[in-house]
Amino acid sequence: MCGMNKKKKLRSNLITYGMVIAAFAIVQILQSTGHLSSLLQGLLVPICVYVILAVSLNLVVGISGELSLGHAGFMCVGAFAGAIFTKCTQEAITIDLLRFVLAILVAALAAAVFGILIGIPVLRLKGDYLAIVTLAFGEIIKNVINVFYIGKDANGFHFSLKDQFSLGMEPDGKVILGGPQGITGISKQSTFLIGVILILITLFIVLNLIDSRDGRAIMSIRDNRIAAESIGINITKYKLMAFTVSAALAGVAGALYSHNLATLQASKFNFNTSILALVFVVLGGIGNIRGSVIAAVILTALPELLRGLADYRMLIYSIVLIVMMLFNWAPKALEWRERYLGRFFKKSAKEGE
Amino acid sequence: MSVMLEVNNLGISFGGLRAVNNFNVSIEKGQLYGLIGPNGAGKTTIFNLLTGVYKPDTGSVVLDGQDITGKKTIEISKAGIARTFQNIRLFKDLSVLDNVKAGLHNHHAYSTLAGILRLPAYHRVEKEMNERAMELLKVFDLDSEAETLASNLPYGKQRRLEIARAMATDPKLLLLDEPAAGMNPNETQELMDMIRFVRDHFDMTILLIEHDMKLVAGICEELSVLNFGEILAQGATSDVLNDPQVITAYLGE
Amino acid sequence: MSLLSYLINGISLGSVYAIIALGYTMVYGIARMLNFAHGDVIMVGGYVALTVVLSYSTNPLVAVLVAIVVCTVLGIVIERVAYRPLRGAASPLAVLITAIGVSYLLQNVVLLIFGPNPKSFQSVVPFPDLKLAGGTLNISAETIVTIASCIVIMIALTTFINKTKAGQAMLAVSEDKGAAQLMGINVNGTIALTFAIGSGLAAIAGVLLCSSYPSLSPYTGSMPGIKAFVAAVFGGIGSIPGAMIGGIVLGVIEILSKAYISSQLADAIVFAVLIVVLLVKPTGLLGKKIQEKV
Repeated sequence: MCGMNKKKKLRSNLITYGMVIAAFAIVQILQSTGHLSSLLQGLLVPICVYVILAVSLNLVVGISGELSLGHAGFMCVGAFAGAIFTKCTQEAITIDLLRFVLAILVAALAAAVFGILIGIPVLRLKGDYLAIVTLAFGEIIKNVINVFYIGKDANGFHFSLKDQFSLGMEPDGKVILGGPQGITGISKQSTFLIGVILILITLFIVLNLIDSRDGRAIMSIRDNRIAAESIGINITKYKLMAFTVSAALAGVAGALYSHNLATLQASKFNFNTSILALVFVVLGGIGNIRGSVIAAVILTALPELLRGLADYRMLIYSIVLIVMMLFNWAPKALEWRERYLGRFFKKSAKEGE
Repeated sequence: MSVMLEVNNLGISFGGLRAVNNFNVSIEKGQLYGLIGPNGAGKTTIFNLLTGVYKPDTGSVVLDGQDITGKKTIEISKAGIARTFQNIRLFKDLSVLDNVKAGLHNHHAYSTLAGILRLPAYHRVEKEMNERAMELLKVFDLDSEAETLASNLPYGKQRRLEIARAMATDPKLLLLDEPAAGMNPNETQELMDMIRFVRDHFDMTILLIEHDMKLVAGICEELSVLNFGEILAQGATSDVLNDPQVITAYLGE
Repeated sequence: MSLLSYLINGISLGSVYAIIALGYTMVYGIARMLNFAHGDVIMVGGYVALTVVLSYSTNPLVAVLVAIVVCTVLGIVIERVAYRPLRGAASPLAVLITAIGVSYLLQNVVLLIFGPNPKSFQSVVPFPDLKLAGGTLNISAETIVTIASCIVIMIALTTFINKTKAGQAMLAVSEDKGAAQLMGINVNGTIALTFAIGSGLAAIAGVLLCSSYPSLSPYTGSMPGIKAFVAAVFGGIGSIPGAMIGGIVLGVIEILSKAYISSQLADAIVFAVLIVVLLVKPTGLLGKKIQEKV
C-alpha cells in the first residue's frame, strides 16, 4: 500500500472497489437465474456485515498498529443504537429507507462516541495491555446492555437496570429494550444492495484516509512512535482518530446486522465475535484492506458451505485456520514458499498490498 | 553573530544517578558544534532533554530567544529542533517519499474531511508536499529511490533519509546522534561533505554527537566534551582535542 | 456470617483463577504470547478426569494424575506443532490467532467425542464439609482443598524457579532469549518445559473448578480462561506472585458482586476493576515498568 506511487495506489484501490462491484453483479445474476441456494442468500447480509467489521478493525490493527480485542463492543453499540432509533421512530418517519439511513448514522455516531470515551483513557496503554483493556470494555458493553431496560409510554422514556416492571410505565407503554431478551420486532431493512453500498462507503473512507496526510501520520506512529513525535506529530490525536473512525464503522456494521434480524440480543456480541474479526484481519494480511474483504467473505461463507460435513465443520474450520496461519506466517514456511513457489507468490503478495 | 541555542545549568537524575549535571552551552547561528565523550557520558541524554523526551530537573533551554525548557516533544519540534537517532528510527513500512512527507506534516495541512472526500485542498496540498519532498530528496541524492520502502534502503541511505526527514520539519537547529556510526571511511567522508553542505545550503545550525574523531576534527568548529554527565572541556575544536584532561578521559591513565 | 462465607467462596474461586493465571503468566513471561488455548486445556483436564473416574478407577488421585499427564503432553504437543514454528514470525498476532485456532480445535474435538450436552462432574474430593460456628458457617471440602492446592502450588513453583537450574533457565530466557542462548541454555527446551508446567497446572485447575462447579461442557474453559488472563494482567503479567494476588482478588470481587450487586453484572464489575487498575498502574499491580530506550 505504501511503496507505490500515486497511479499504482489509485489502480490498487480501483481493483478493490471493482472486486466488490463484480461480486455484487455475479450474485445478482445467480440470484435472478435461480442458482443461489437459500443458504447462501441468507448469508449475503452477514457477509457484508463482517466485511465492514473486518475493514474497520484493520484500520486499528493494521494501519494504527494497536491490538484491539473488543471490536464487537462497538458493533454492539451500533446495533442497539440503530435498532432503538428505528423502534422509536417507527411512526414518526414513514419512509423506510430514510429511517434506515438515519438509523445507520445514529449507529455510527453512537459507536464513535464510545470510541472516543474509551479511546482517551485506553490509548495511552501499550501492546498487550491495550488489548486486554479493549477486551474488558467489549465485555462490559455487552454485559451492561444485557441488563438494560428501556420503555416508552405517553410520559416519555423510562430506564431501568433491574427489570421490565421497574420501568414504572403506564399500561399502554411498550418495552423497547428488554434486558437479556434484547429488542424484538425490528423492521427488517438490511438488503444485500444496501450492504454492498455500505461496504463501498467504508472502503472509500478507509482507503482515502490511509492515503492522506492523516493516514501518513497514523502509519508513522505505528512504525515508530518516538520518531513520529520528534517530527511534531500528535500521537494521541491520530491514534484516537483511527480508533474512533474504526469504532464508527463497526457501529455501521452493527446497524446493518441488527436490521437483518427479528430479535437482537447483546450476548451475540461477545469476545468470540471480536476474535472472529481479528482472524479476518490477520488472515487477510495485517494492513491489507483488500485482504480483509476477501478473508471476511471466505471465512464467513466457509463454515456454512461446510455444513454438509455436519459435526466436522467447525473442526475442519479450526484446522484450516491453524494450517493457514502456519503457511502464511511461519518463517520456515515462508522460506519454503520462496524457494519452490518463489516468483508467483512474491508477485501476488506485492500486488495484494 | 547571534545565539541559536543557549543552555544553562541543565541537569537530570534517574533514580540516584545524576545522568547530566550543570550542562551549559551556547551555540551560534550557523555553527557546526560537536558533543563528544565516552560511552555513557550522557550525550544522548542531553539530546533527549533538548527534545523533550525527558524533562530536566534543573536549568533552562532557550532556542533562538524562545524558552523551550520542559516543553513537550511535539511543541519543541514546532519551535524548531529536529533530530536523528543513534539507532536509526525510520517509518520502515512507508516509502522514502512518505517518510519525508510525514516530516512536512505541520507545514502543509488540509482537513481530514478534505482528505477523505478528495476535495480540491487535498490535491493542491498533496502536490505541494510532493514537490517539496522531492526537492529535499534530490538534495540528499535519494530522489531515485522515492518509491522504495524505507526498510529496503541500504544502511548509509537510511541515515541520509533520517536527516532528510528531520530537515523536512524546517528546523532552526538540527541534532545528529552519531551520524557516522557503522559507516566505512568512504561513507564517513561523504557524510562529512553532506553535513557541511546541509549547513551551507540551508544555513543550518547543527549540534552533533560523534565518536569518529576524524569527522569531529574535520567539520566541528567548537566542541563540548562530556564525562560522567559533566562538562570536561569546552571550546574551539583544536584546543579541546589537545587538552590533556580530554586525552586522559579518552585513553585512560 | 454470610459475608465471611462469601469471602471464603471468593478466595476459593480466586484460587482456581490463580492456578490458571500462573500458566498464562509463565507462558507470557517466557514466550511473549497470549495463549488463548490455555482455558481449553483446563476443560480437557476436566474431561479426562471425568472419563477416568467413570470408566477406569474411582480413586480420585489417579484421575487427577492422569489428567495432569494428559494435559502436560497436550501442552508440549501444542507448543511444538502450532506455536514453535511461528517463533520469529513478522507479527506477534500470528501466534495469537493460531492459539485461537487451537482453542477452537480443542473445543470441537471434545464436542465430537463427548457431545454438546453438559456432563455432571463428580467431585474428586473425598472429604466431608467443614462446619464451623455451630453449623452456621459451612465450608465445603472442595473449597478447602482448592485453597490448599493453590498455596502448595505457589510455594512449589516459587521454589522450583528460584532453586533449580531449569527454573533459573526460565528466568534467563524470559529476560533475554538471545543472551540465554549464548549462555548455552536450551531455549526451545525451556519454553517447552514452561508449556508443560502451565498445562499440568491447568489440569489441576480443571479438576478443582469442576469439583466446585460440577458441570462440564466443551466451552467450560473459555470464560475462566479469559478471567484468569485478566487476573494475570491485573497482577502484572509475567509475575508469579502477581498472578496469585490477581486471581484471588478477582475471585473475591466476582463472588461479592454476585452476592451484593447483581449476578448479571458481576463480570462487568470484574472487568471495570481491571480497567481502573491498569489506568492507574499501566503494567498491573506487580508488573515491572518498561521504558523504551531512545
